[in-house]
Amino acid sequence: MSGAERSPTSAGSGPTADTPLADELAIRMRGITKFFGAVRANNGAELEVPAGQLHALVGENGAGKSTLMRILSGMYEPDAGSVRVDGRDVTGWSTASAIAAGVGMVHQHFMLVPTLTVAENVVLGREPRRGPSFDRARAEREVNELGASSGLVVEPGRRVADLSVGEAQRVEILKTLYRGARILILDEPTAVLSPPEVEELWTVLRRLRDKGGTVVLITHKLDEVMAISDFITVMRSGATVSRIRTSDTTPREIARAMVGREVALAMDAIGGMIPSPASGGDGSTTTTTQAQPSLRGTDLLAPVPAAPPALELRAVSVVAPDDARRRLLDRVSFTVAPGEILGIAGVEGNGQTALVEAIAGLAQFTGELRLNGRDVAALGVRARSDAGLSHIPEDRQRRGLILDFNVADNLILGRQHHFTSGPSLDRGRIAANARQQISAFDIRPPDATLPARALSGGNQQKIIVAREMGRDFSVLLAAQPTRGVDVGAIEFIHQELRDARDAGKAILLVSADLAEILALSDRVGVMYRGRLVTVLPRAIATPEVLGPYMTGAADNPVDELSIANERATPVGRPRDGGRA
Amino acid sequence: MSSGSEAEVTAIGSPVGPSGGRRDRLAAALLPPLMALALAAVVGDLLILAFGEAPREVYRLLIEGTWGNAYGLGQVLYKATTLTCTGLAFAIAARAGLFNIGGESQIAAGGFAAGTVGFLLPAAMPALLAVPLLVLAAMAGGGVVGAVPGALKARFGANEVIVTIMLNFIVLALLNYAVSSHLHVPETLHTPEIAAGVIPRLADFSSTFRGSAANLSMLIVVAAAALLWWYLFRTRRGYELRAVGLQPDAAEYGGVRVGSVWTRAMIISGAVAGLGGINYVLGYKHYYEEGFATGSGFLGIAVALVGRNHPVGVMLAALLFATLSQGGLAVNALVPKQMVDVLQAVVILAMVTSVPEVQRVLRAGLRGVRS
Repeated sequence: MSGAERSPTSAGSGPTADTPLADELAIRMRGITKFFGAVRANNGAELEVPAGQLHALVGENGAGKSTLMRILSGMYEPDAGSVRVDGRDVTGWSTASAIAAGVGMVHQHFMLVPTLTVAENVVLGREPRRGPSFDRARAEREVNELGASSGLVVEPGRRVADLSVGEAQRVEILKTLYRGARILILDEPTAVLSPPEVEELWTVLRRLRDKGGTVVLITHKLDEVMAISDFITVMRSGATVSRIRTSDTTPREIARAMVGREVALAMDAIGGMIPSPASGGDGSTTTTTQAQPSLRGTDLLAPVPAAPPALELRAVSVVAPDDARRRLLDRVSFTVAPGEILGIAGVEGNGQTALVEAIAGLAQFTGELRLNGRDVAALGVRARSDAGLSHIPEDRQRRGLILDFNVADNLILGRQHHFTSGPSLDRGRIAANARQQISAFDIRPPDATLPARALSGGNQQKIIVAREMGRDFSVLLAAQPTRGVDVGAIEFIHQELRDARDAGKAILLVSADLAEILALSDRVGVMYRGRLVTVLPRAIATPEVLGPYMTGAADNPVDELSIANERATPVGRPRDGGRA
Repeated sequence: MSSGSEAEVTAIGSPVGPSGGRRDRLAAALLPPLMALALAAVVGDLLILAFGEAPREVYRLLIEGTWGNAYGLGQVLYKATTLTCTGLAFAIAARAGLFNIGGESQIAAGGFAAGTVGFLLPAAMPALLAVPLLVLAAMAGGGVVGAVPGALKARFGANEVIVTIMLNFIVLALLNYAVSSHLHVPETLHTPEIAAGVIPRLADFSSTFRGSAANLSMLIVVAAAALLWWYLFRTRRGYELRAVGLQPDAAEYGGVRVGSVWTRAMIISGAVAGLGGINYVLGYKHYYEEGFATGSGFLGIAVALVGRNHPVGVMLAALLFATLSQGGLAVNALVPKQMVDVLQAVVILAMVTSVPEVQRVLRAGLRGVRS
């Protein structure tokens, strides 16, 4: 168990567990309470982290993790409670004094200037000068040195706009370290990373920890918690419910503490396939040949079910709206059969959005698109929906809901033309529909007249799931169906997806969460730079096999793809045959 | 209120917590305008004191000169009728997420169309036929002017703020040209009197309203407001229009063709503004005159903001602004009538700074101007 012996505490399993002496603690937050209007985000929350510890702060959405960390980094002032950093009372300090005291927070959304170089971004606000001018050479040298010592290697002269997401995150961490941070807070840092990038991040964080730095990692991914942390603080409803040494607990126990009851984990379904460096850190990776628990007893190597496809794409391409030469989606072909879930894995930003929007009718594309054998390429969004296509969009707050509309009105979005009598909306049927969906999908609070904005993220997502799955459909596009949703709602949505599949629906599941893809899919495709680089049967799709595809290191389109590619590209070929 | 009232209260209310009941949401909708009025009253008191007058006396005069007698009331109703139209015009465009600053030219075009068609009608045409025809002409005139920015936005993404501002200049100049060089009665800047289709004044029924411009156009305008309420909150197209205004991406996801909604909303908006032209042209002077509604298009924006883009709110706000405007004349002996302009400005500023959806509309408008 890496680093567990570094912790100065003896094993404990509750908030009252024996804690180290107060002056050994890098962070001590006591009785933190914070109100936003009438909402209590923190309710007597506690956090104790000794120096040199990798500490995971876990909890469902809305448990108060981010609020607590923002109080620590000086963005919010607590309504009650005390904050001590390195033994000094700093309750209610400012972000400036937090930075000066070495507390740095790396936010979920990067705050970088894309047109500046790595070095310029890192030193921004503290630029080294030579006389009146910016000393670029020194900035680049300093960034290089800092990168070498921390393991965060990025070329200082490159423009941030040209970096990958993983590299941009490294720059963000470098920025914090440049300002002298010894206590590093990371808010959901792995949401946008591929598995190899996650591994690199872990290496960097361990190195920081080994040099005496303190790291607090906000996450709700249990495999990450197990892989990286020394100690865990679990929050629920704004309060600290548990403080546990990582080596003394299990994912199931953490999940129970987070939710307050027993839950089925996605990881259970795949038999703990996510490699845990904490348990096999010496290079002995999990073997890909290990027997897989088959989800429905499907044949190990049956690639495509025999049923005719419910969804069929042939050489579908989408170009960028501002640049017709850049393909967001590059000649993608695949089929999804009734009763099948095709999972699309890949680092975000590799064409998944264009794929889903092209199928839904929200993006222009070239190529063929068939729904139950019928060519729907010329149909609009509404006609495709009427032809049996349901769509859970990846961005529920932008696409999926009208946040200021009430729940009942949101439950008919996209099908409003089926709830009319003449030009009028049929309020009675809308209300009846709302009552039925709210009870069938357990949307809380069960009040159809509340604006969707007033519901929690998980319940907002349930509105969308209820609308799209609580109706007659044959094909479902499920894009990031559980993003930002708490463990209980994830469990519920996963079960809905499995039930729909078992009821003969065809489902295209797009998710950045590999564990989710592996837990639900019958086949797994990987997208990289707008292309579908492989489609594999679930049984041989493991993180080790998929990882190289996700980073572009491997490229092995399956046969149906090459056929499609040939059909799509004759125009570019030389016709004179001069050099055959 | 009827079963669906929560829909519009929700749509105009600010974000509320999960515990927000219907009453809370109604309060959230009504509080900002009431606060704005209270603030205006305080500022008004200070101004009046600064002029060395007693606030109580000035307010008494203001009320007496407006709601206190038939003439004043008639003038308030007349002014409110015009402002209701331009306010509704701005409101429906705003509900679709558009910032229609073209009320000035749309109401002028509506009045021009009604006046021109009106004097061309045969004098013998019965009012029952002529009035609806001229009302339709007014709406068509405004609707055409509104359709241009709507269609340009839908087709080319042209920003409606810029297009409507530019159209104000173009349309008003064109109308001036048409009237001054071809259609005017010699020695004047107005068209010939309409031959048929006059809308009766209140003074025709009761002599106490003698001299006031109030006329039965107001009934047509109230009916239009009711119809717009039904359209916005009770029909599928209204649902889609509001969806586009709140979140165009989500509306598109919901199968709504956003461009068509923009065009349709701007046509309706222009038509409602144009309808405002009948108040003067058919109900008061019986001819189109250059500049007959100058300023009412812009004041309509304030009316819609204070009325929170809701037809009922717009009518109430129009009454408020009409009262202030008429009241300014009544108190002129004690304080300069510009004082009420200051009060209007205070009401508008207080609303703008307190209401989230107003801020959203303004931000969208500013973004458009910058791009």
